[in-house]
Amino acid sequence: MTSRRGFLQQTGAAAAAVAAATSLARTAGAQAVVAPLPDAAVKELLMEALNAANLAGASYADARIARQRQNFVFTREQQIQNVVDTDSIGCGVRVLVDGTWGFAATRHLTKDAVAGAAREAVAIAKANRIARDRAVVLVPTPPVPNASWKGAYRVDPFEVSIEDKADLLLKANAEALKVANVKYIFSGLFFVKEERSFASSEGSLITQDNVRTWPLMQITAVAPDFSDFQNRGNVVPPMGRGWEYVIDADLPGHAGQWGEEAAAKLSAKPVEVGKYDLVLHPSNMWLTIHESIGHPTELDRALGYEANYAGTSFIAPPEKMLGQLKYGPEFMDVQGDRSQEGALSTIGYDDEGVKPEDFLIVKNGIFNDYQTTREQAGWLEWWYTQEGREVRSHGCSYAQGWDNVQFQRMPNVSLLPGERDVSWDDMIADTENGIAIIGDGSFSIDQQRYNAQFGGQLFYEVRDGRIVGMLKDVAYQMRTPEFWNSMDMIGGASSYELGGAFNDGKGQPSQSNAVSHGCPPTRHRQINVINTGRQA
Amino acid sequence: MSRRDEPRSLLRQSARYLSREQAQELAQRVLGFATADETRVSIGSGAQGNTRFAVSQISTAGDNFNTTVTIRSVFGRRAGQSTTNALDDASLRRAVATAERLAKLSPEDPEYMPELGPQQYIEARGWSDTTAALEPTQRATAVRAITEPARAEGLVATGYLENNAGSFAVANHNGLFAWSRSTAVALTTTVRTPDGTGSGWAGAAHHDWSRIEPAPLGARAIEKAKLSMNPSAVEPGRYTVVLEPTAVGNLVQLINFALNARNADEGRSFFSKQGGGNKIGEKVVDERVTLVSDPHDPEAYANTFSGEGLPTSRTTWIENGVVRNLAYDRYWAQQKGVDPRPQVGSLRMSGGDTTIEEMIANTQRGILVTRFWYIRPVDPRTILFTGLTRDGTFLIENGRISRAVQNLRFNESPIFMLNNLEAMGRPVRVSASESGSAGFAVVVPPLKVRDFNFTSLSEAV
Repeated sequence: MTSRRGFLQQTGAAAAAVAAATSLARTAGAQAVVAPLPDAAVKELLMEALNAANLAGASYADARIARQRQNFVFTREQQIQNVVDTDSIGCGVRVLVDGTWGFAATRHLTKDAVAGAAREAVAIAKANRIARDRAVVLVPTPPVPNASWKGAYRVDPFEVSIEDKADLLLKANAEALKVANVKYIFSGLFFVKEERSFASSEGSLITQDNVRTWPLMQITAVAPDFSDFQNRGNVVPPMGRGWEYVIDADLPGHAGQWGEEAAAKLSAKPVEVGKYDLVLHPSNMWLTIHESIGHPTELDRALGYEANYAGTSFIAPPEKMLGQLKYGPEFMDVQGDRSQEGALSTIGYDDEGVKPEDFLIVKNGIFNDYQTTREQAGWLEWWYTQEGREVRSHGCSYAQGWDNVQFQRMPNVSLLPGERDVSWDDMIADTENGIAIIGDGSFSIDQQRYNAQFGGQLFYEVRDGRIVGMLKDVAYQMRTPEFWNSMDMIGGASSYELGGAFNDGKGQPSQSNAVSHGCPPTRHRQINVINTGRQA
Repeated sequence: MSRRDEPRSLLRQSARYLSREQAQELAQRVLGFATADETRVSIGSGAQGNTRFAVSQISTAGDNFNTTVTIRSVFGRRAGQSTTNALDDASLRRAVATAERLAKLSPEDPEYMPELGPQQYIEARGWSDTTAALEPTQRATAVRAITEPARAEGLVATGYLENNAGSFAVANHNGLFAWSRSTAVALTTTVRTPDGTGSGWAGAAHHDWSRIEPAPLGARAIEKAKLSMNPSAVEPGRYTVVLEPTAVGNLVQLINFALNARNADEGRSFFSKQGGGNKIGEKVVDERVTLVSDPHDPEAYANTFSGEGLPTSRTTWIENGVVRNLAYDRYWAQQKGVDPRPQVGSLRMSGGDTTIEEMIANTQRGILVTRFWYIRPVDPRTILFTGLTRDGTFLIENGRISRAVQNLRFNESPIFMLNNLEAMGRPVRVSASESGSAGFAVVVPPLKVRDFNFTSLSEAV
């Protein structure tokens, strides 16, 4: 185990230690809008669903009773636009009958209703049997008979008053509006709280709760003659933390600077097309990792299961890629995990009861592993056997809510920091002719994850080791393998930051997943940059 | 399979969405719990059935149904909102109390608009019994009509079939009540060659399942998969393109999201005018282009009222290339002294009488595009987007399709595209959502366009 991996495990250790018991009953506090359900009642319903599935002929079943609450406050300039609480609760039952999946869900939390959903799921599996070849086989996972887990949040945002939330946002807006040419602000706070109880016919019973928090701000500067407008947004990454994260993010303290940046973009120099050395800040790089490493290393994609929407992967077939594909330079290690404290995909157990493990997707620059579920891990048995590793799921099963079937979703996928303590400033100082990019902007990538185009929020021209001015209309185009193999500098542990996506779409019907990506800043040689400005 | 085992459609059971009477009863129950100055209740209910297939077999399928009640409460000019899916009295009372508590805590809204009184609505028409009754077994049969021919050709079919049936209602303390029900169904498939060098797509969306034919749809994707094998590279650059209707829908629908009067007036939209104001009355695209939203468009029915209960009606956004209307919310309409004009959930573009075959025959050198993918905004000043071609991209030389070519990334705006029109075909309903959901209803023609801006090449198949 390298010291770099040790670094990440330290940050994840605290999350694992905070294993506090929780339940739908106890968290349905003063702000609850759903009748509290006692622990025993949840368990009884889960058992009822499993029993009904078994009686109807399922060889395997799992049931999830999940509650998802959202709270958001959105503002513009000096007014509140929207204050909303949402609450959704129900039960989803997934079954295997003769090696074929079936799924059904109900919002009625009664014994009859959950048993009905279980029977419906079995009937759907039987209907699907006519259109399946290969039976689904799940790799073993140890039953977890009575487990609970709680996310890293300290202050539950659902217990914080709307006044405090609105006050913070309006203060931030006022600071940004002090800047010349800043005309419009959008700001918001978005909170999600998930409480999930899971039971399987193999004897697991797990209760977990988690909070996600996303402070949002977009500042718009408009030229006095209406000839141009520029936005500065995506200022703070979403995180698996609570209200304390909002306080630490200090929107009012930073809004003036973000406003200055929006206004400065109005007079930034349009970029000249060409090849540049790019110095990419973690706030930009996380999204490039997400698209060009996170998605193509999903095993279902690689094997064609997502071909109709998300697409397939250039990292296929597995037997020609595992242990062979040179993803990037030897100092490139990419970790999949669901353990980094405060990261969005971090969880105690996945949605089929597997305790996730940390694993290296890229090891010393070579492609080393895919993201898997219990159904998928067996497909790579030859590789794990060859490597002397256990054939087990990496714990990447996830469903958006009670009414969606679980499938393979991305864990936190992170580029591990380098051994040397290189900083952002060190990289700029070492760059002769380049562009330094901060923040994520426009993004698009093809269905096999070869060809991508990324923008950003702030672009700085770098000449002879110094930032000499601001650029605009910048987008970089890349081919994934060349891009990663062009990386010649990587930041050290102290420059490592988490970015993330609050709503990553995959599947049909499309489901949303939240995932973090940690990384240090990186430098990439001779990347193609285009100018996206056009005259209407 | 015995009768007893047959899955009954969740969609067929009346309890799975609320009838007008049930919605009215529920709304009145909620309003009865309210103590705010103003209260609005929105009720969405319905069922979704879905079947996925991958590697030529069903991978997952499921049915789910849900009802959500959203309450908006106002005290003075302070508003709050809550949503729940628990419908017992105790839960509904708590949801009302939550909305009222949030409202009392919220600052005053300077843009507050009072709730509407009773309105007159035209009847929504987008309902199909056939779609509502589409059961898991029928879905599996439809899937086999695609997977079996693909398998017989040695190809691999992946795809998705989704049907939705539900109702939506809005009521308020002023006596406003609006209710409509609708269905939607979408079937899409991507057929690939086992060696991964060819990929073809076909898809359809409608409110009426009987208008979608799985076997011919699958046959189109199979044909494209075979034709698209072993694509060769072309230089990126400006090309004449023949865009199939789905590709046109992928891009033209992006204009709809920019048709907002306030953003234009505030100077942060393509529809902003230099020096101030908006582009209503200005010619922005080719004079053959007209964009209309009509809730009674038989190919693209949409709801007949907005989320706050405002009636929707046939709206001409662009007529003969000239901007005629932009969407005004009630506040901005009041500020500008005009009638409010809500967005409508569908869009139709004018067409012509040139067939795709004629467009190809009249093209010396160009590219035929089946559809676009991963389309994301780059510059809102010009509605400039980037994305890539996918699942059937072909070179046209001397009036004929000469060979399959690798996919290309574009950086282009539907506005520029509609200024570079060469020819238009007959408009048809397409499935233009990337996710394969029924999505926003779009009726568009195939187009031939010059100088389409491809900026890089992708070897992705």
